[in-house]
Amino acid sequence: MVSSGIAVGQGADSSHDREPVVNNFSIQVATVNGSGSQSANSVLMRAIFRMGVPVSGKNLFPSNIAGLPTWFTIRVSKDGYVARKRVSELLIAMNPESAAEDVHALKAGAVVVFDEPLKLESLRDDLVFYSVPFDKLVGPLAPEPKLKKLLRNMIYVGVMAHLLSLEMAEVEAAIGKQFSGKKRATEVNVAAARAGYEFAAANLSRSRFRVERMNENANKIIIDGNAAGALGALFAGVTVVSWYPITPSSSLIESLIEYLKKYRVDADGRASFAVVQAEDEMAAVGMVLGASWAGARAMTSTSGPGISLMAEMAGLGYYAEIPAVIWDVQRAGPSTGLPTRTAQGDLLSTAFLSHGDTRHPMLLPASVEECFEFGMAAFDLAERLQTPVFVLSDLDIGMNHWVSDPFQYPAAALDRGKVLSKQDLERAGSFMRSFARYADVDGDGIGYRTLPGNGHPNAAWFARGSGHNEKAQYSERPEDYVNNLDRLKRKWETARGLVPAPVAERKTPGAKIGIIAYGSSHWAVVESLDQLDVGQISADYLRLRAYPFSAAVNDFVAAHERVYVIDQNRDAQMMQLIKLDIAAAEVVKLRSVCYYTGHPLDARFVTESIVSQEQK
Amino acid sequence: MATTPNPPIKTNRIGLAVIDYRGGKSTLCAGCGHNAISERIIDAFYEMGIEPEQVAKLSGIGCSSKSPAYFLGRSHSFNSVHGRMPSIATGAAVANHKMLHIGVSGDGDTASIGMGQFAHLMRRNLPMIYIIEDNGVYGLTKGQFSATADVGSKLRSGIVNELPAIDTCALAIELGATFVARSFSGDKKQLLTLLKAAIAHNGTVLLDVISPCVTFNDHEGSTKSYKFTKDHEEMLQEISFVPAFEEIDVEYEPGSGIEITLHDGSKMRLSKLEEDYDPTHRITALKRLAEAREKSEVLTGLFYVDPERPSFTDLLNLVEQPLAALPQETTRPAKSVLDEVMEEYR
Repeated sequence: MVSSGIAVGQGADSSHDREPVVNNFSIQVATVNGSGSQSANSVLMRAIFRMGVPVSGKNLFPSNIAGLPTWFTIRVSKDGYVARKRVSELLIAMNPESAAEDVHALKAGAVVVFDEPLKLESLRDDLVFYSVPFDKLVGPLAPEPKLKKLLRNMIYVGVMAHLLSLEMAEVEAAIGKQFSGKKRATEVNVAAARAGYEFAAANLSRSRFRVERMNENANKIIIDGNAAGALGALFAGVTVVSWYPITPSSSLIESLIEYLKKYRVDADGRASFAVVQAEDEMAAVGMVLGASWAGARAMTSTSGPGISLMAEMAGLGYYAEIPAVIWDVQRAGPSTGLPTRTAQGDLLSTAFLSHGDTRHPMLLPASVEECFEFGMAAFDLAERLQTPVFVLSDLDIGMNHWVSDPFQYPAAALDRGKVLSKQDLERAGSFMRSFARYADVDGDGIGYRTLPGNGHPNAAWFARGSGHNEKAQYSERPEDYVNNLDRLKRKWETARGLVPAPVAERKTPGAKIGIIAYGSSHWAVVESLDQLDVGQISADYLRLRAYPFSAAVNDFVAAHERVYVIDQNRDAQMMQLIKLDIAAAEVVKLRSVCYYTGHPLDARFVTESIVSQEQK
Repeated sequence: MATTPNPPIKTNRIGLAVIDYRGGKSTLCAGCGHNAISERIIDAFYEMGIEPEQVAKLSGIGCSSKSPAYFLGRSHSFNSVHGRMPSIATGAAVANHKMLHIGVSGDGDTASIGMGQFAHLMRRNLPMIYIIEDNGVYGLTKGQFSATADVGSKLRSGIVNELPAIDTCALAIELGATFVARSFSGDKKQLLTLLKAAIAHNGTVLLDVISPCVTFNDHEGSTKSYKFTKDHEEMLQEISFVPAFEEIDVEYEPGSGIEITLHDGSKMRLSKLEEDYDPTHRITALKRLAEAREKSEVLTGLFYVDPERPSFTDLLNLVEQPLAALPQETTRPAKSVLDEVMEEYR
């Protein structure tokens, strides 16, 4: 039996700090980047998930392969809150570099599980410390030093199982899931978790923080937004993918490649897709435009710096009217910025990306489910509107673990937009007989297109970024230019009704305050609304899901005295976009809440920011 | 019969006349080399009997990149942005690998702003014909040097180029293109033959065509003028071409040259070769191009060919039907697949 320096949890002893806390706390795991803690953290999260309790996981990691501090937070919330919590109640301190600072950041009464040699217990006397001799415990588990390093992490999972009253059966099931199909890996990790559990059971008292079984996760899944977006593309029938690696977007394409290889290769080994790793983002989006012009469903995925590089091509796509699906998994900028930190900083630059008069539809998923849905819808919209469509996710949605209902198989067929076949062109008496690529036949600003290889001698048209008339012929005539730009504006008006409409997430009779948010901010806002309720501030909440806006946005502002727009950027970018769109008299009602630390938004920040502005 | 019948219109093997391969009226300067190249493209596609509807034209920006409007009017075309034709072409060729892709670029469009994309297209051996209409200057912006201008070449204003020229052919060979040639817009026969062979090749064809700019670079002191090119042209070989559909067995004297069978079965015959020149050998080709530079020769001909290397779309192992034409039944997996994936995430 291995014995520990401190037999039981010691430290805090006020009665308040001993009250049990069930299914309502946050765990912070502090490790060294590259130490392989991700598997252990996923297992811990999944074990809680399997006990039916709402849970979320967020990885705060540095731009580094190995060596720098990294934190993983697991939030357990009986109320279903999944936004980041500013301070955790439990700390697993595995990293000597950050341990002291991590301990000092805790509130009184918090719990610290730490690696014995770190001797953290002397740092504070208002915390509960649990010392664990990881080296001694890992010794008998495996001879290889590399494996030992990995298994140390699984030991803290077992320790936590005891401290939190987690069922070991669920921990072991979660390990089986994590290492699916790998017998040896599963066995050694289960052994490590058990070693941690047995040590804790014999030496440590249970913590006052407890997980108790609920039934909130029946049928649910755990997935990250990038994998969800990739699935959206798969079920949208994507055929050409071109990309350039960039954090935090790479895993979207890497997931997609896995799915495509698994589900889109025929019995002869032939692929119904092509993935091209491009030389840069300019080439990536160029390939997408070339492929879409040729009739493929084509996409790319990038982050802010890639969006900047795509600027010229975005204008070409807008003006030549070529579909494209472009994901922007946003990270903190500017320039190369903070590549592993989240933000919503590309809104303005993307909305008007390129030169001259350009505007681009943007879809703004707030959840993994919407990553899936918008990942599909983006293709329908791009082909219907014949224009590049951007999907603006962010690192928080894209790379973190989210519990979600399973995704629904699409009910509607693919919308391939207005494409004329050879047979269409041959049909007597039809307008199609005198095919003109950019004629606004239907009054919605969207012309009909033909695809290369159509086969009809009159099908060809000349795609160009330069001035053109309805027949796609080169033209510098002022009236042709104006006609074209005005038609593109009509198309923009059409887009308002086609993109996902905003959602009235909360309507309170008589509420004078409105909140507008979008994307990953949603989860903090939902929680903040409840906090505001406690403070007797009642607010309505409209969640935006796309740009351009529908009339509902103006109506929402008009219906309230003050409207707070929540942005995860410094310059209130969404508020600026709204200002451009709503009636002039409504603009003065807008106020802003801007958060830009690189960390996911937390509810308390929203609440405090609104309360302090309300008090002015 | 009292009336004289009209002479029948001459047609090719698929029943089309030359006029079916023409495009709009050129807006380039009279005497521009690019117009002659457009004419040869028209002739080559006509003579090869290619369905114009099955050809896609791509270009970047510049005088050269305007020219796809002046040939093959029945083909779809994409005049993209400066230096980015290769990526547009790559997307298009991957989306529809059954079509024939021809890109027209210039020396500025390729060797300066587009160098990155050019290099990677060559490296991929994308199945397409990539023509550089090479005049050593930027025409549309009125005569600045491009990166293919030779050291010592002089602008009309008297400015002398002091930087070495980028040899796009040597680069293309180095990077992986599988059919690399240089010609001259004024050499009808050689250019036409190379274009026909290019149509028969599977892989990247890089065809650098010296195409004098009559307005900005055709004066004394220019190394890309008609006169300089004619005076300094050195032909590496004589090329004859027999397309696969013409089942003619030509008897050649043994030892009089090299015969190369292209992807579709067409045959190229290279004769009057320089001694020991092997166009299937990269190092030979690169060495000869370096010598040409030292001697200020305008070396033309087929420098390098590899009919065997798989093209980029071969490597992708695509289904037979073009990706662009796949129906939803092929591209959207069944509900059972989503159910299976969801289960994996539980």
